[in-house]
Amino acid sequence: MKFTEDHEWLRAEDDNLVTVGITEHAAKELGDIVFVELPEIEAMVAHGDEVVVIESVKAASDILAPLDGEIVEVNAKLTENPGLVNQDPLGAGWFFRIRVDDIAVLDDFMDEDEYQDHIA
Amino acid sequence: MDDRPSAPLRRLPLHDLHMAQGARLVPFAGWEMPVQYEPGVMAEHLHTRSQASLFDVSHMGQILLRPRDGMAHLALALESLVPADILSLPEGRQRYALLLDDAGNIRDDIMVAHRGDHFLVVVNASMREADLAHLQDALGPQAEEAHARALLALQGPAAATALAALLPGVESMRFMDSRALPWQGADLWISRSGYTGEDGFEISVSAARAEALATALLAHPAVRPAGLGARDSLRLEAGLCLHGNDIDRTTSPVEAALSWSIGKARRTGGARAGGFPGADRVLRQLDLGPRRLRVGLRPEGRAPMRAGTALAGPSGHAGHVTSGTFGPTVQAPIAMGYVDATLAAPGTRLLGKIRGREHPVTVAPLPFVPPSFHR
Repeated sequence: MKFTEDHEWLRAEDDNLVTVGITEHAAKELGDIVFVELPEIEAMVAHGDEVVVIESVKAASDILAPLDGEIVEVNAKLTENPGLVNQDPLGAGWFFRIRVDDIAVLDDFMDEDEYQDHIA
Repeated sequence: MDDRPSAPLRRLPLHDLHMAQGARLVPFAGWEMPVQYEPGVMAEHLHTRSQASLFDVSHMGQILLRPRDGMAHLALALESLVPADILSLPEGRQRYALLLDDAGNIRDDIMVAHRGDHFLVVVNASMREADLAHLQDALGPQAEEAHARALLALQGPAAATALAALLPGVESMRFMDSRALPWQGADLWISRSGYTGEDGFEISVSAARAEALATALLAHPAVRPAGLGARDSLRLEAGLCLHGNDIDRTTSPVEAALSWSIGKARRTGGARAGGFPGADRVLRQLDLGPRRLRVGLRPEGRAPMRAGTALAGPSGHAGHVTSGTFGPTVQAPIAMGYVDATLAAPGTRLLGKIRGREHPVTVAPLPFVPPSFHR
């Protein structure tokens, strides 16, 4: 698993797919998540695009696309149960799967130790 | 809001206790305030509705009005600033009042308690200095800040039991009663009131004894600390206005649906009709109806509709949202805002734009959660 400076986690899957979610640290900082707006399937997104909107009781926040690619799947369970992001951010609370051209792009991101240093 | 960005934040008397309780602190109206504790806003909100929560609201101002020429004279002088009936406020009772400007718009919303030989006025944090100056302009040295006092709010269905464990007898107080009681040598000024829609108490205590009192209250198994985040979602579910959001110098009491706070004696035909700032406009609005009105709003779906969202009706612009969140008890997004008076009936369907997309929103009666005051 790899991590971005914006507190997203990236997990490489087969077929150049990457699953994206937010870290426990980010979920805790955001507080109780009450609404998640997910991207459209088949949307082409570029690094830095706003792809997910998260609303907590307090405020709205954006999740930016960490990579260039095509959205191939979203976690529809979050629409009915956005609290999954707080309960299981690294598992059932994932946001979307994106198809990249070259899975080697993940090498540029932090590993777990580096991320732990980043939030320390 | 504090408009001096470089001014150092003021610390609450209970700062160390909040830190020990795991509070997350944020700047609010010039104060370093607990916004939430470890359980988070949602859990703190729900705990308040099912048990009891302790809120530190010491950032609010406490102003004493001591009469020079008797309480009735002072009550009449205060009535020159507010449309509430202060003269009839009995000893040991508290009343909600609005400080108005010359246009009849709302400077601040305040609580006034008749404490026998003086009034205690509680004002919003961002208005402490302005309100004190405003009161002193009208009342001279009769108005002075109560120095070095903390203010705690104990709110929820278990509040009376928890407070009575320290202060036997408080359970007999009724909603908006005000009483002074000694506790371990401290002089507590207690009212049965709050801003969550729940039964509860607001307790003024000297800063020196605040930590001992808070610690004793938190020792009760039903009581947990709660922050500003939960206070905001609780008050919105209860349909209560946040000064600076829902009421300000652009809104009149009638538009804000706070006409109930205008005393009968202060209305047209009353014993002391008018005589408050902007009375002509406010009383005319009372008689003819305002052009716009504060209403409850229920957005469709789950996305909160936040303050500032523009609302559209059948013929274009209809108003705007002034407060909006997700109601943890309602389990749905809730909001308040001002709409054209012709569109203010519950059930009226409007559209609000969230992130560029139109979302249906329905005008709803306030409050969203019925109050459980101990009347």
